[in-house]
Amino acid sequence: MIETRGLSKSFGGIQAVSNCTFALKDHAITGLIGPNGSGKTTLFNLITGFIPPDRGEIYFKGKRIDGLLPHEVAIGGIVRTFQITRVLPRMTVMENMLIAPPRQTGEKFRSLWFNPKTIRKEERENRKKALELIDLVGLSHLKDQFAQNLSYGQQKLLELARGLMANPSMILLDEPTAGINPIMIRTIMELITKMKEWGMVFFIIEHNMDVIIELCGWIFVLDNGEKIAEGRPKEIQNNPRVIEAYLGI
Amino acid sequence: MDLFLHLWVMIFIYTIFAMSLNLEMGYTGLFNFGHVAFFGIGAYVSALLTLHQVPFEFALVAALLAAGLLGFLLSIPSLRLRGDTFGIATLGFGEIIRMVFQNEVWLTKGPMGLPGIPKPVLFSYRFATLPQYLLLTLGFSVLTFLVLRIIIRSPLGRAFKAVREDEVAAVALGKNIFHFRIKSFVIGSVLAGLAGTLWGHYTTFISPGDFTLLETILVLLIVVLGGKGTELGPLVGAVVLIFFQESLRFLRLPAEWSRYLAPLQQMIFGSLLIFLMIYRPEGLLREKGAGR
Repeated sequence: MIETRGLSKSFGGIQAVSNCTFALKDHAITGLIGPNGSGKTTLFNLITGFIPPDRGEIYFKGKRIDGLLPHEVAIGGIVRTFQITRVLPRMTVMENMLIAPPRQTGEKFRSLWFNPKTIRKEERENRKKALELIDLVGLSHLKDQFAQNLSYGQQKLLELARGLMANPSMILLDEPTAGINPIMIRTIMELITKMKEWGMVFFIIEHNMDVIIELCGWIFVLDNGEKIAEGRPKEIQNNPRVIEAYLGI
Repeated sequence: MDLFLHLWVMIFIYTIFAMSLNLEMGYTGLFNFGHVAFFGIGAYVSALLTLHQVPFEFALVAALLAAGLLGFLLSIPSLRLRGDTFGIATLGFGEIIRMVFQNEVWLTKGPMGLPGIPKPVLFSYRFATLPQYLLLTLGFSVLTFLVLRIIIRSPLGRAFKAVREDEVAAVALGKNIFHFRIKSFVIGSVLAGLAGTLWGHYTTFISPGDFTLLETILVLLIVVLGGKGTELGPLVGAVVLIFFQESLRFLRLPAEWSRYLAPLQQMIFGSLLIFLMIYRPEGLLREKGAGR
């Protein structure tokens, strides 16, 4: 779905992503791994339009998306989560969910006065869907709670549910299991698997190898901004270049 | 009795003014330090037009349009800035507009000001006496309150809040935060223009000196004191502060004391702001979910 050609980005003297060419095949879950500072998050930022590339091209479903603004990429169907969760702290769990649907009629000033019926109908539908998703991630008892009062793990769940609420064609997850306890990691993995069964497509940055090996159908490995390997989890595990990059031997 | 009615007229005018800033600052997180400019534009446009025999209804609409248009024009370059830099830009804008009032003598009569602004006539009803004017300002306050309430409780208001809470998260969900900021800013500007219009026709005399940074600070203080991001905060803040400000003005003090009044008032406002920031940053009314 996503394809990059010769993608490069440097910050000052640091080459964060260097001449990256890869194509995500039809795997439901693709992994992106690499040591710290290898350019994984930068690659996500490039794909989602948060930072412009120095060189190279990015395609999504055959359409070129580099140069689009980040909200345009999101509306185009790529929604992302963040390494450090970004919930809307002083809004309730429900409000966090209701923000997500794209192109809401009620977000237009004119519709507020001339189209209140459509808005009410949309809100009803969105609310219903939001409730289902909140229930799915197990936060229904917290739906009217402010997001800032949630635990970090719960915020991760909320971010995941909110991503789904945006109805994307693909979700990019930046370290979905970082900083949370093993039980919560299990919960999140099960959720991702469940969403995969419903046809959602994921691209995941993850440090936890167990998670990556279990979930992903295909893995890319970055080191120093370059793609050093790609393949099935088994192949990656035994790839000498990958072992070298990770262990520094 | 007249003093009491006068107080409430001022309270309602400043409630509208504060509600308009509350939409920008409280709900959208736009720290606008030049808000008085739109108040001034409203006052000047409507005053100039009515002084040239244009009916009040048209003058009012023109004043609101002018304030909104100016807000739109300003928002395009400045809303690309973030947080503090945006604040500085608005601060500069407020001063520029005041300079225009002051220096475009052919139009505004400069520092001489515009005297004799007629009382408003709406649909051939003249709001001349104090009770009548109170009714007018009350009516517009309620109208503004209801309009803002519809906006704030709608998906649009929700998007404003999302922009305030976390721009990056909002963008990642496909929200064009630039558009939402512009919308909030323009709506805020129009309503500030309304407050300015009502004020100009009430005092019947306006001059550039009425639209200084001090006015912005006062309205900021009202919003912060009342509780930013709350529906009733601006009213509460306006009641407390306007009551305080206007009652100082009517204190019967010996003549030699009165020259200390204005600086004293500013000192009290300043200390109040510091006190609030330390002990109750969320204001008298607290937005749900706010607080530490």
